[in-house]
Parts: sequence; structure tokens; C-alpha cells
Amino acid sequence: MNWLFRSLNSSIGKKVIMAITGISLILFLLVHLANNLTLFAGPTTFNTVVKSLDSIKPFVRVIEVILALIFIFHIFNGVRLWYENKIARPTPYAVNGSSKNSSLLSRTMIQTGSIIFIFLVIHLSTFWSAFNFSDLHQTHTYYEFTADMFSNVYYAIFYIIAMITLGFHLNHGFQSAFQTFGWNNKKYFPLITTLGFLYSVLMAVAFSSIPIYFLLIGGN
Amino acid sequence: MTDIKINLLVKVWRQPSTNSVGSFVDYKVSVSPDSSFLEMLDEINNDLEMKNLEPIAFESDCREGICGTCGLVINGQPHGPIPKIATCQLHMRNFKDGDTVWVEPFRAKAFQVMKDLIVERSGLDKIIAAGGYISVNTGSIPDANAMPISKDVSSLAMDAAACIGCGACVAACKNASAMLFVSAKVSQLALLPQGQPERTRRVQNMVKVMDELGFGSCSNTYACEAECPKGISVKNIARLNREFILAHMKSDNIEA
Amino acid sequence: MAKLDSKIPAGPLQDKWTNHKFNMKLVNPANKRKYDIIIVGSGLAGASAAASLGELGYKVKVFTYHDSPRRAHSIAAQGGINAAKNYQNDGDSVYRLFYDTIKGGDFRAREANVYRLAEVSNSIIDQCVAQGVPFAREYGGMLDNRSFGGAQVSRTFYARGQTGQQLLLGAYSALMRQVHLGNVELFNRREMIDLVTIDGQAKGIVVRNMISGEIEKYSAHAVVLATGGYANVFFLSTNAMNCNTTAIWRAHKKGAFFANPSFTQIHPTCLPIHGEGQSKLTLMSESLRNDGRIWVSKFKKDMREPNDIPEEERDYYLERKYPSFGNLSPRDISSRSAKEVVDEGRGVKGGEAVYLDFKDAINRLGKHVIEERYGNLFEIYETITGENPYTVPMKIYPAPHYTMGGLWVDYNLMSTIPGLFVLGEANFSDHGANRLGASALMQGLADGYFVAPYTIGDYLASAKPKQESLEHPAFELVKKENEDLIAKLLSIKGKQTVDDIHKKLGRIMWNKVGMGRNEKGLQEAIIEIAALRAEFWKDVNVVGSDKDINQCLERAGRLIDYLELGELMARDALERNESCGGHFREEYQTPEGEALRNDEDYDYVSAWEYKNLGSWELNKEPLIYENVKLATRSYK
Repeated sequence: MNWLFRSLNSSIGKKVIMAITGISLILFLLVHLANNLTLFAGPTTFNTVVKSLDSIKPFVRVIEVILALIFIFHIFNGVRLWYENKIARPTPYAVNGSSKNSSLLSRTMIQTGSIIFIFLVIHLSTFWSAFNFSDLHQTHTYYEFTADMFSNVYYAIFYIIAMITLGFHLNHGFQSAFQTFGWNNKKYFPLITTLGFLYSVLMAVAFSSIPIYFLLIGGN
Repeated sequence: MTDIKINLLVKVWRQPSTNSVGSFVDYKVSVSPDSSFLEMLDEINNDLEMKNLEPIAFESDCREGICGTCGLVINGQPHGPIPKIATCQLHMRNFKDGDTVWVEPFRAKAFQVMKDLIVERSGLDKIIAAGGYISVNTGSIPDANAMPISKDVSSLAMDAAACIGCGACVAACKNASAMLFVSAKVSQLALLPQGQPERTRRVQNMVKVMDELGFGSCSNTYACEAECPKGISVKNIARLNREFILAHMKSDNIEA
Repeated sequence: MAKLDSKIPAGPLQDKWTNHKFNMKLVNPANKRKYDIIIVGSGLAGASAAASLGELGYKVKVFTYHDSPRRAHSIAAQGGINAAKNYQNDGDSVYRLFYDTIKGGDFRAREANVYRLAEVSNSIIDQCVAQGVPFAREYGGMLDNRSFGGAQVSRTFYARGQTGQQLLLGAYSALMRQVHLGNVELFNRREMIDLVTIDGQAKGIVVRNMISGEIEKYSAHAVVLATGGYANVFFLSTNAMNCNTTAIWRAHKKGAFFANPSFTQIHPTCLPIHGEGQSKLTLMSESLRNDGRIWVSKFKKDMREPNDIPEEERDYYLERKYPSFGNLSPRDISSRSAKEVVDEGRGVKGGEAVYLDFKDAINRLGKHVIEERYGNLFEIYETITGENPYTVPMKIYPAPHYTMGGLWVDYNLMSTIPGLFVLGEANFSDHGANRLGASALMQGLADGYFVAPYTIGDYLASAKPKQESLEHPAFELVKKENEDLIAKLLSIKGKQTVDDIHKKLGRIMWNKVGMGRNEKGLQEAIIEIAALRAEFWKDVNVVGSDKDINQCLERAGRLIDYLELGELMARDALERNESCGGHFREEYQTPEGEALRNDEDYDYVSAWEYKNLGSWELNKEPLIYENVKLATRSYK
């Protein structure tokens, strides 16, 4: 399997890893969002959905491990590429003209990615650990816990900023993955770019709508 | 043929040799708007030589935008602010009286600065040597019309073949990646029927050498296409990715 | 005359090359790798020769002063490449291509060489297509052709306006393949500054490493020069900035005869000079003359804007003087006529330019048709001049473009120094006194792919030259001479820059050895150039050191040679008391102002042998026409 290792370690190989893991995460976000949106259906629905996941815990755990691996690969490779690419230009330009030839979002994937990473750590340490490993649910329903968290203005704003950043990251990432796979042609690529834009806006708006909603209704 | 001149402050990167420390040196110039950018540098150099000072070392040859020898980063942009031209085709009428103009060499680990604005780009030749050709000896050839090639395919191949090998794509890329350069040659030969026998070997070998030379990888910012004097499309990079992935999946060569 | 043996094979024209190929000796495949061949230059001729010789198994060393072999100026050729494929079924044949080339060259080229060129032209196209050169195609997938000046058939193959680029990249890729395989060793950023001869044979070269400044020696069994033309003697020309005569000139001083040095092609449609700072001239495709009308004002120093000059005050001088060919008159005629009206003071605002006007064509055909035909050329024009040629007439002026002259070679492309071969524009062989469009690329590739690989093998097999050690005193001597020359240049510390003096030389050449030449002017030029040479050695300032990248020193070294070559060009033009092709002597013209050839006295190749600085001996190689009948060109 040395050949596979070598292929994936080449410059294009590493990009392919970014693209495959990126697309996987894009799909995961859809599922996650669907889950979250049940909050709008009220406490009962949301609590039922979360509980029903509890009933298939072993399966969820397997998925979570795979998901964790995908995240780790995506993050590790992203940081590695960023570092290697830095080395490829040891002396920077005195005048940075990149705003004239490329979009800000395409150049800031490591920055938006880092913000999302910080978010991820906080998100996991609050929601995920609370839902899975604490005894909070003995006093609160899942719904109440969520509502409580988002009634904190700072926490809610942090979430909203993180979700907008996620939108930025996805907007470049979506079409970029297709370009890396080599799926860029005259007919379909404009469609992919538009789809990517719509998807990233959807993610940013829909994920943000939850903290906004709880902020507005004041935790009740 | 105007008599009006524009006055500029030109800040030029001067570096005596590869291992010495460089810095920007200011030159005040008064130049005809009909002059080309390189002629403006010629004038600075003529003045420097008159004062027995070393002229600015920069490269150029055809001054028609086809040989790929010239290449300066002007105000942060390879080949300057006008799209789809090489440095030698940039004219001073694109600058305003009183402007400050920064002139730097192409910067990349794989492009060592030799002196002032001259960089060593022979890495690009090494990539071509690794497979940017069709292995055909002189004489062992069928008639030119023996194999019809669709006009569209031929035209796409020509779009890619128009690359002048200047390295502006590397200079523009935030990762100093040579993907656009490599993809142009891989595309040209992958599109043409003559290129089929070596299709998988070629892409594998060229990418391998590209990686070894210390070029960065592609982040799909498309800065390369924006700065390419020949407007080579990033669709070629997509094709290169596709060729590379398929070559590794299909080829039995486990050494590549 | 015994000195010049053209070695043209006997037999009928059609069979000469075939028979010669059979009669040439071969080098055993196993022995080929024992032979070292040096090739200087990596353009079409150099790269194709290096690739082909490498494929055969010789050990080849290629030298270029560029950072990469792909930069050579062959890359800038736009129009196309001729071949006698007759794909269009319009009556083309090897013989017709041969005849057109001989006639276009005004009957001053060797029949046998030109016939061979036409004969191998077809293989060139096959070779290039096999390499993946994306020539223009028709919808059916077959190769497209277009017509070009001087021919009545469509035989020009092209790749958009970048034919030279695509052909060079083809040859370059073949070369890089041999580099990869280890058959060819590439030496970039090395400028050849001298030839080393031992016992009258070419044994190696001395180059300057342009990075370290070191003078390096290289030895080989044979040396090939493919270093292009010398139009930069005019300072302003369509040649690239670095094109120079140094390699062939220094070989000339070591004993290689220089043939027809005065045969220069001045291209009529170039962009005019914008001012003192002009560094080179840009060619605009000649095809513009198909629809553009050339004119100047009827008045001297007319300072009005072109669109303010009414129709009746315009002089469409080509249409007036040559009613049947008009704006499509041949290159030399069209160039000379432009100079005439400019000399009268009727150029654009009294300056050196004439108008090329598309107004009538736009009115007749519509803007979209003109855009379709010339859109990219109009864009190039606007990028350079800042003027929109759809509304303001273009300004054009002739410029030196190509030099038909070069080192004298025999049928085997070997110079008068045994072991020294000269290919492409650097030799004199195929274009006579004038080169037809789309023929330069053909010649470079013919020499490199299909002629030199055979003839060099024949030389190695029959002359059995031996390789000399780099320790041989001859190598040391040449190296020392050149180190001294460089030291001398750096020590002058005068008041003029290299370019100042080069511009002065250019002015003398343009005014007196340019489009129109006369006895008085040429005699003056000889004296003035000698004086300028003296001025150079007294007053030039070469800045910087010799142990470093020093572009000033590079330019100074090249200018030394131009200052000597310029004089020889003037002497050659003075000696040739006739007008032919690109050589127009004002004393020798018909009452209508046409070139007047003198076949009786001047149907020979002038091959100049270097004696001392400023002194040459003329050797004549008579041109014998066994197949074509000499005729007068007429374009009235």
C-alpha cells in the first residue's frame, strides 16, 4: 500500500484528502442541520429526536468515530498544507497584490478554518459532552438546556459569528472540492459554484437562526 | 508621440547576489507615457551607467510578450496591473503622474533570486524534462494528416499550449504553486491523440518532480489564471487533478 | 576560388539529396556515444539538431545564454511554416516551393540547397504533428493552410498567430526528453564568446558563465552554431534584446567566411519609434495590408490629426505608384516607398511613420468583419500605442527583421572551418537576397531535424576528427585572450554608455546601410563605423565586475562585434553594384524605381574572409542555375 500512501502524500493527493473529507463534512452538516431544525417544532419533538438517537447509541458511536477521523484528517491535512505552502514562499512580497487577483474567502481558508476549529472545541465541550456524558439531562430536557445556553447573549453571538465564518469557509470549500476532483467544465461548473453559494448561505442562516430564535424568545 | 512626461517614484528591489541581503532603492523618473515599463527601467539603467553605478539587473528578451523571459512583480501583481499581458507589454500610460511603483522579483522557494530582479526558473524546465513531451524520434512518423483531430480538441490543446513558461502563476499563487504551468502541458498532451500512449506516466512523473522542487500546492484561489499573460484557464488544473487521480487509480505502476 | 567548395552533389536536382544521403558515411551505432558535439543556440535549428543528434546516440552539449532553451527568439515568429504538402490540391509541389523560394530570393541562392529545403519541408510538418504541435485544423480534422506573400498556393501551416512558439516548444520538448535521457547536457546562462580551432579544425568553444562570470572551456569533435541573425546591428529591429552576432562573428574571425552580410530584410509593417527610449520594434502581421490603405499627407510637416486631413490632401502612394499591386506590393518595395515619403518630410507629423488606414475597409465590410480578421492585432496595437485603430489610422514604419546573410556553408552546412557547422538564420544558405514569409521556420527545422544529423555523421565518419584535451594550449590561449578582452573593457571607464554607442551605430546603419544604399553613403558609413569603433574603445563605460551577473558587460561584448560586422555589411553592399532582394542600391534601378539586378557580373555569393580588423578578402562562389531561368520580378 506504499503507492497509496505516496499518492495521497503528493501535493494533489493532499488536496484530494481535503476535498473528500470536506465533502463528507458538507453532507454531515446537512444531517446535523436537519436535527437542529426540529428545535423549531417545539420541545417535545426535539427531545424525542435526541432520545431516539440515544436508543441507537452504539451505531451513533461508530458514526462519531468516523466523523472524528474525518475531522482530524481534514484539520491535520489543512494545517499541514498551510505550513508547507508557507515554506514554498519564504520571502513575502513587500506589496501584497492578492486582493486584485483572488477572492478574500479563497485566501483565508486557514483563518476561517481555525475559527471553526475553536468553535468546534467549545461546541463539543458544551453541547456534545452535556448531551452525552453529563447528568444535566436529569434536571433539564435537551430542549431546555439548548434554550438556556442561547439565552446567554455572548454565547449566542459567538455561535452566530462562528456560523457566518462557516458559511465563508463552505463557500470556497464547496466549489474548491469539485475543482480538486477535476470536475470543472464549462457547462456544469457555474452550477456547482452557485449551488455552493446557496448551500453556504443556507448553512450560515439556518444554523444561526437557532441562537437568534432563542435570543429573541428569551430562553422560554 | 506625446511630449508630456509622467513623474514616478520607482522602488526597485536590489540584491547583489543570491546570498546577500536585498532592499528597496528609490528612483525618481520622468518618462514618456508611450514608453514601455521595461524601457522605463532601461532609462534608469542608462542614467545609472552614466553615473558609473551598477544598473538594475532584470531579464527580458522578445519584448513582445511571447518568450516568457521578463517577469516582474509590479505593485504586488506579476506582470503589473493590466490583465493578459507580460511585463514587456505594460506601458507607462497605465500609471498616473505622482504614482509610487514597487518593483519586486518573482518570489518562490523554487525561484531563487540571482541578482536584483533576476530569478532562476530552470525548475520549470526540469518539470518538462520529466515528461512534458511525446516520445517520438525524428523521422519515425506517419503523415501529418493520417490522424484527424477535431477542431475543438485541437483548439483546446492550443489554448493550453499557449503557455509562455514565464512563471507568473507561481509568482501570483499564495502558495507559489506551479499547478497552472504543469496543467497547461499535461492538458495539451492529454487532449491530443498523440499524447495518449504516455498519458499516465506523464502526469505522474511531472507532478512528482514539481513536488520535489518545492513548489506549493493548489488552494484553488485562481490567482494564477487572473495573472497569466496568456489567460490559461484553471480548467486545466481541474484536468490535471483528474488525470492525476485516474492515473494513480488505474496505473499498475506502484513506483510512481 | 579553390577555397570555396560548395560540395553540391552531382546528378539531377531531384536526386541530389537522396543520392547524397546514400553516399554519406555512417557512424556505427555503438560508436556514436564516443562523439561529443557542441551545439550553441537552442532555437528551432539548435534545439531540433540537439534532439535529433541525441536520439541518434551522440553525446550532445547545448549552450544557451537564456535561463531556459525555450526562450530563443524563434518563439516570436507569428505567421506560419511552409511545406509542399499540397493538401489543398491547388497545384503545389516540391518543385513549386523550390521555385518560389529561389524567385523570392531574387536568384541569389543555391539551387541544390533550396531544393533540399523544399523536399524535407513535408517531413517537418509530419514531425511537428507527431510531437503534439496543435496546428490549426478544419472541421473535418484535417490540417488547415493559408496563403502567404510570394506564393500563389496555400501551403502555410499555422498555429494561431503563435506558430514559431508552438514549433519551438515542440523542438524544446524533444530536446528536454533527450536531456532527461542523459543524451544531451544542457548549459544555460552560458554565452559563447569564442571558437577554439586546432590545426584549422573546430575543436571546442569558450563561453562566459553569465552567473559566475567565469570563462569556461568545452571541447568536442564538432561544433554547431545555431545562433540566429544579426539584425540588432541596427540597434532597433524586430529581433529580441539579446539576439547577437558574437558567436558567428568570433567564428568568422577564426576563419569561417561570412557570406552576403549586407542582405537584410526590412519588414514594412512594424510599429514606429515613439521616442529616444525605444528599445526594440514590434512587428505587426503583414496581413494587415490586405485591407488597410497606406497613405501620408501631400504636404510636408503636416501637423494635423489624421482624421482632419481631407481625402483630397492624402497621398495613397503605393496605390499611385504600383496600381496593380497597390498596398500589397512586396516587402522591399513597400518599405522603400515609405522611406521615400518620410525623407520628403511627409511622414506622420513630419516624423518617421506612415498611416495604415482601415476606414474604407470598415465602411465597406463593416466593423465586425475587420474585428474578426484582425481583432487580436488591433488589440496588440492598442496595448502598445494607446490608440484605437478602429477610429484612428494605425501608424507603421519599416524595421530590420531578418538577415539572409550569415556564415558561408557548403551543401553539408559546414563552414570553411572543418568541424564547424552552421544552421538556421546564422548561415546564409537558402534565402538568397530576400526571404519569403513562413520560410524561416522551415529552414531552421529542416537544418536541425533532417540535414545536420546526416551531414555531421558523415563528417565524423569520414574526417575522423579527434577530441582535444581542455589542457591543450589552444584552449588556454583563447581563454586568456577573452579574459584580457573583458579586463580591457572594464578598464576603459569612459563617458558613454554601451547603448549610447550602439544607438549611434544603429543610426549609421539605418541611414546608410539600410533600405536604400548608395556608393557615397556606404563609403561614409565605412569611415564612420571605424571611427565609432575607435570611440568605443576610448570612451565606453562598462560598469560592474567580471565575477558576477553583468548585463552591461554582456551588451558591451556584443557591441564590439556589431562595430566590426557593420563595417563588413557596408563593404559588402558597396561591392555589390546591383540591386537584388533586400539589397537596394539607388544607383541601380529601373526608370520606374525597381531593383535592377545584374546577373552577368553579380550572380555569386560573396564570401568574406577575415584578414585583420577592417580588412577582408572577397571570395566568390558562382551561382549556377541549371534548372530555373533567371527572370525579373515585376509587381506593377
